[in-house]
Amino acid sequence: MKKKKLATVWLDGCSGCHMSFLDIDERILAVVEKADLVYSPLVDVKVFPKHVDIALVEGAVGNVEDLERIRMVREHTDILVSLGDCAVTANVPGMRNLFKKQAVLDRAYRDNVARAAGIPDEVIPPILDRVRPVHEVVKVDVFVPGCPPSADTIFTVLSELLDGKMPDMENLTRFGA
Amino acid sequence: MNVPEFFQKRIDAENAEEAQFEHQVHVCIAAGCASSGSNDIAEILEKTCEERGEDHPCRIKRVGCMGLCSRGPLVAHHQNGKEPAMYHSVTPDLAKEIARKLDGNPPKKNRLDPQMPFFARQKRVVLENAGLIDPENINHYFARGGYQSLNYVLEELSPEETVREVVTSGLRGRGGGGYPTGLKWSTVAKAGQGGQKYVVCNADEGDPGAFMDRVVLESDPHRILEGMQIAGHAVGANKGYIYIRGEYPLAIKHLTTAIRQARRATMLGHSVCGTTFDFDIELRIGAGAFVCGEETALIASIEGNRGTPRPRPPYPAEYGLWGKPTLINNVETYANIPAIFREGGEWFANIGTETSKGTKVFALAGEIENGGIIEVPMGISIKEIVNDMGGGVRNGGTCKAVQTGGPSGGCIPAQHFDSPVDYESLKKLGSIMGSGGMIIIDQKSSMVEVARFFMEFCMSESCGKCIPCRAGTAQLHQLLDDLLEGRATTRTLPLLEELCEVVRRTSLCGLGQSAPNPVLSTLRFFREEYEALAPAPDGKATDKVTV
Amino acid sequence: MLASGQIKTLKIDGRDVSAHENQTILEVARENGIKIPTLCFLEGLSVRGSCRLCLVAIKGSPRLEPACTTRCREGMEVETDNPELHQFRKRILELIFAERNHVCSVCVSNGHCELQALGAEFGLTHVEVAYQFPNMPLDLSHDRFVVDHNRCILCARCIRVCDEIEGAHTWDMMGRGKDARIISDMNEPWGESESCTSCGKCVQVCPTGALFEKGKSVAEMAKQRQFLPYLTIMRGGKR
Repeated sequence: MKKKKLATVWLDGCSGCHMSFLDIDERILAVVEKADLVYSPLVDVKVFPKHVDIALVEGAVGNVEDLERIRMVREHTDILVSLGDCAVTANVPGMRNLFKKQAVLDRAYRDNVARAAGIPDEVIPPILDRVRPVHEVVKVDVFVPGCPPSADTIFTVLSELLDGKMPDMENLTRFGA
Repeated sequence: MNVPEFFQKRIDAENAEEAQFEHQVHVCIAAGCASSGSNDIAEILEKTCEERGEDHPCRIKRVGCMGLCSRGPLVAHHQNGKEPAMYHSVTPDLAKEIARKLDGNPPKKNRLDPQMPFFARQKRVVLENAGLIDPENINHYFARGGYQSLNYVLEELSPEETVREVVTSGLRGRGGGGYPTGLKWSTVAKAGQGGQKYVVCNADEGDPGAFMDRVVLESDPHRILEGMQIAGHAVGANKGYIYIRGEYPLAIKHLTTAIRQARRATMLGHSVCGTTFDFDIELRIGAGAFVCGEETALIASIEGNRGTPRPRPPYPAEYGLWGKPTLINNVETYANIPAIFREGGEWFANIGTETSKGTKVFALAGEIENGGIIEVPMGISIKEIVNDMGGGVRNGGTCKAVQTGGPSGGCIPAQHFDSPVDYESLKKLGSIMGSGGMIIIDQKSSMVEVARFFMEFCMSESCGKCIPCRAGTAQLHQLLDDLLEGRATTRTLPLLEELCEVVRRTSLCGLGQSAPNPVLSTLRFFREEYEALAPAPDGKATDKVTV
Repeated sequence: MLASGQIKTLKIDGRDVSAHENQTILEVARENGIKIPTLCFLEGLSVRGSCRLCLVAIKGSPRLEPACTTRCREGMEVETDNPELHQFRKRILELIFAERNHVCSVCVSNGHCELQALGAEFGLTHVEVAYQFPNMPLDLSHDRFVVDHNRCILCARCIRVCDEIEGAHTWDMMGRGKDARIISDMNEPWGESESCTSCGKCVQVCPTGALFEKGKSVAEMAKQRQFLPYLTIMRGGKR
């Protein structure tokens, strides 16, 4: 069987989901038997490939860069997986949605800054009006809630997908797991 | 029926009073005309008439609604036996002219033809006194035969016979649901083995564009007191509450006056009409919650609790106010009762259609030429109401649809205007009779916007008790907003339809269950307007994100 | 009347069951080990019928009825689950999750929350309706407890237990629709409440992390409800 192309993407999140993914430990060997990790913060590839079979997306969509990236990822990906609560619910990054964008920026870059206060206009991508779960921006095929989803959950979901099956999520994980 | 002496005396006195005046000038002081300055007009008329001297005495009568509210202030000049001369949009100058020329040539300006379809096609039962009597003068009500039905019922009919007459009439609840009134009365009559019972009048009219009940209460308040007491006799209650919304100050004033006058005339209180029947009525003023029109919420509110509905059964007929059997009817339902007992249930049953008997009062609003209040026999077509009586769309536009039944109702498109107006036909068209609001929508209006308007209403009026209504209406409103503001995705329309179903099927009370109706009915007849606002389903990028 | 007139026999999910005259569908279903999801219901408190999760289908009735408030009738045929009911319940849970800010990962009740558990049970992997992100306050004025409106689902268990069991009626509800929220006394800070006895019953019956004990961190707030059936027995079943 031809090896699948697997990518992982890190948007507005804490990288905890990626850590949990690494926690599958030696089971990674079973994964790489069936798939090549073609793009990931864990590997040194800078360009997203033209075609990816499965992409695990960690994090919410919080700024312009996230937005462009997730649209690009969607375009080149067959099965897009929202991995973890930030991707699925906006979670902690989404807690800034209780306030207006300007108030958030002021608090971060003016009110609490002793020196050189000011909102950066270069290097740091502009933030969106509100943080959104991935499926509010692009179509998502599989949702894996959890903060982070356990290594077992991630491995189960991934194994199923690599075997060409859709995982049954009932009682597998939950928000905040 | 023979007129008892007591009543005859009152009638004679009022007729003698009236005979002193050759001219009667009626000025509508109900809320519609009052808002366009009719109280000032009444004063000007009075002053100008005083200046005329005593040769041809004239009485200025402040009366209730004459119907054509959109063209107020309305004035009608009655002169012994002649057809009254009606004037619309009466200005102070015109008022002076009318008063000065009572005997000579009445002004031609702003005359209304009493034969115009708006007036001529009406059949007035509930509104038989509206615009003819001073609502704050009980003698006027007596002169029109008032309280004789009550007297007759108390003197001649047993409670069972009273209920039977209502059953014979075929009257159905005018508040919206159309539940057979006789059946409701007999249920309450049989409930609760002789203990305390209550009669409640639901005057918490809250549908946008509906003002039928307000007109009845402002124009002929004694009618409601009479109807409620007949109900009290029928079901075995001696206490009544009128739950009226605080936004109707004039109706509250007129009811308060009416209750005081009726008590003094022994038409209410102890030994009503000199019989052994005791009945008293209290007003309860609502604080502006639409949901309090729902009967269980209304009961909670009267009891002094937070006005939220509770699951039924038990129904108020068994377990109502303070846990006692309670009869709740709408204003217009009670307003039919005195006429039914005066003319007989059979008479009433002969008006209207097979399943919908009698007349119905409608409030015409929106983009219509002749806006106001009409009373028509059931079974009349929508076309007759909108095109003939209503005069079609204002400023010569074309009519796209008519919205009936308020936020629980739906929109009926122009191609179905031949449909008769009765409970079943309107239901078949995905709308409801409702309390009687009719909002005319012209071709320029977006039906999605109409749906959003009503959804916003439902959202802000949801009491918040059950989740589907509280959170579901907010989501539905947002989806409609997304459509109208260009934020719709491929999922917007399917989700809108599914959530409508969730809210409709799972909400606790009738308001939540019917909240999706304006969306469902516009989807049914104007789906292309929704589809034009939603992106074609291609399944990839799903959102327009603002940066 | 014969005593048998007060016993009803009915069918729940095809099983023949019997019920006392005044028993609800929910009570009889639970007696017979038939699971119906609930959220606002709590044994020992009055029924409210507001969360709509316990809606069941009754043969011959066009309406879905809440199992918690609907009394058993002779010959009734009740269906407690079917694809349609399942989907409705899932959507209702979604509506709750989206309505306020239930950020499970940082909630004191994470892992002990009835809403979260129901979400998992129904395989709710994401919320399709739009998150509302309302800016809801916290009240930290009480010495021992906190009310976090971000996590409140307005089930009114706190209101009921305070009124019916403790007899203090500190809690009530104000506002309507999505602006409805629970209040202590006349919308005063909880810590300044003169009626509150600080008994903590409201905290223990709260199904989510909306009411919790001070000092509890994420996932530490497990609720203790043993007192409720005990008190109910001591009162002879009367509220």
